[in-house]
Amino acid sequence: MFRKRAGVLLTAALLVSVLGACGDDDSGDGGGGGGDKLTIGFAQVGAESGWRTANTKSIQESAKAAGVELKFSDAQGKQENQIKAIRSFITQRVDVIAFSPVVESGWDTVLKEAKDAEIPVILTDRAIDSTDESLYESFIGSDFVLEGKKAGEWLVEDEKDEPGPVNIVELQGTPGAAPANDRKAGFADAIKADPKFKIIASQTGQFTRTDGKQVMETFLKSHPDIDVLYAHNDDMGLGAIEAIEAAGKTPGKDIKIITVDAVKDGMTALSEGKINFIVECSPLLGPQLMDLAKTVADGGTVDKRVLTEETTFTPEQAKEVLPERKY
Amino acid sequence: MTFHKHHLFWPFAVFVLLLVLNIFFSNNFFSITVHDGHLYGSLIDIARRAAPLILVGVGMTLVIATGGIDLSVGSVMAVSGALSCLLIGDLGDPDGVAGVLGAIAVALLLCLGLGVWNGFLVSVIGIQPIVATLILMVAGRGLAQLITGGQILNVTSAPYRVIGAGYFLALPVSVLIAVAVAIVAGLLTRRTALGLLLQSVGGSPAASRLAGIQARGLTWLVYVIAAVCAGIAGLIYSSNVASADSNAAGNLIELDAILAVVIGGTALTGGRFSLSGTVLGAVLIETLNVTILSVGIPVEATLLFKAVVVVVLCLGQSPAFRERVLRRRTPVVATKEVAA
Repeated sequence: MFRKRAGVLLTAALLVSVLGACGDDDSGDGGGGGGDKLTIGFAQVGAESGWRTANTKSIQESAKAAGVELKFSDAQGKQENQIKAIRSFITQRVDVIAFSPVVESGWDTVLKEAKDAEIPVILTDRAIDSTDESLYESFIGSDFVLEGKKAGEWLVEDEKDEPGPVNIVELQGTPGAAPANDRKAGFADAIKADPKFKIIASQTGQFTRTDGKQVMETFLKSHPDIDVLYAHNDDMGLGAIEAIEAAGKTPGKDIKIITVDAVKDGMTALSEGKINFIVECSPLLGPQLMDLAKTVADGGTVDKRVLTEETTFTPEQAKEVLPERKY
Repeated sequence: MTFHKHHLFWPFAVFVLLLVLNIFFSNNFFSITVHDGHLYGSLIDIARRAAPLILVGVGMTLVIATGGIDLSVGSVMAVSGALSCLLIGDLGDPDGVAGVLGAIAVALLLCLGLGVWNGFLVSVIGIQPIVATLILMVAGRGLAQLITGGQILNVTSAPYRVIGAGYFLALPVSVLIAVAVAIVAGLLTRRTALGLLLQSVGGSPAASRLAGIQARGLTWLVYVIAAVCAGIAGLIYSSNVASADSNAAGNLIELDAILAVVIGGTALTGGRFSLSGTVLGAVLIETLNVTILSVGIPVEATLLFKAVVVVVLCLGQSPAFRERVLRRRTPVVATKEVAA
């Protein structure tokens, strides 16, 4: 008796959640394109991090500023939701479809549908592994290899007067993730010319503070002679700072720290001198995306690969920009 | 009964083996020094890392003893860390002890409520535990994300830091909390009838009810205990890094906790349980994690290394497997041995 009723309740709960997800797909009035106003359908990954939230906000705000009608869908980290959203954009006949793929593979079918419907597609932030490049017009996002390279080049310049050896420990991102692989490769490439740079330990900190702290705690004990820490994102670096302080060393002085991302918390630590250098990985690609969308909608040609406008920060620069840092 | 047939012989042997392995790669692995008035060393790190897992594992052991399972512990951890950090951030004086204690109390009260919800679904409505707690596993993380607004919440509060990163009498507070909870749970289950009743409910709920045992109330109780334990673990987790990350906090810890319980010799089918085994299991898992780092196993091979150790351990613990491979003649004492 109870079991039966529970089953009904559960089914109802599941139904509600499924319906809720569908509701997100269509945030507009369903009118679609065709008017003189440009309509973009954007399928976002989700809201898993502060970086992502800033990315969403940038796209929404720049769409408003550019007079573009934006149909926004949140896939909540699931590919099937994103495919559903893209199909609904095709049905609504939007002018341009843009999306940030949850995963790299499995997009050929739905992008073929968009191509048949003659709707141009722009990838943002993450790439797909399809061999058919004609499925999308352009891919706009950061070059993670370049980010790693910038980090390595700064270190080479900073340590040029040191006789060495310079002992480096590395906190990698999630194993297999593109940013982790590429930031590692770019950094290794930049320091390989000089043999005095040695990566003495490299482990994953899963892009999180807790893992960054725990891995650094172990590094500090098994390698007493660490000179430099290179972390693939700010959060792991922030966790490592706590471990370094707990070991009685001064982050930024005893151990130099280089990170990637430049989120607000990282920039704060940079301005306090606890981090020495941050390579920016900007989520604010909204304005560039709007320009691209307008060009492809007018039938113009665009580059297959567009880089996000990004920079690097030293402690002094961090102090200057910190007050108006949004994310 | 010889020592090597004790149900914790195998986990203990692997634990010692891992520690010995570390000596070869890290000269000062066993050195514990006093640093800024507290103990400092790799072994202390292992204990500190194991504290949240011990807490979650103790709760999980009791749930599994009744034949249930709780998948929502990781999400409950995220909720408790998120709520306490949010409340402390709103305090006028984040360094005030009273305010921090109040925030912690509210967070743990919410966790207690979540445990009541889990227990209600399982014991009153009669939903299967794996499904009932799956609901909160998904919804709980959503709730945590709602509390933090999807961002990482930073908190600068000296009293709150004490829970996860502080020291009392040179010992890490987080470890003291975990040990205290484990001892209280051990006393309650071994010095009172509670343990016997739990085993009885896990063995056969129907027979227990017919024997006059309040099976429903007991089942309800263990889910509440598990949620509160997870809540405390969540406080330690967030306090350790002075921030609440609703995505990462307690992510997949339910699986580590179940592994710790299994390593410790508790039967997943319910009935028989060992709290000391779970504590050893949790310490073993974290020793394994630290070993991977200090030995310097490449990131790509980390999971494989873990898998090999766990498989060897579980096979070694299985009496059936041992009997086949080692051709033991002496009969296995069924009540003490455990099929992993």
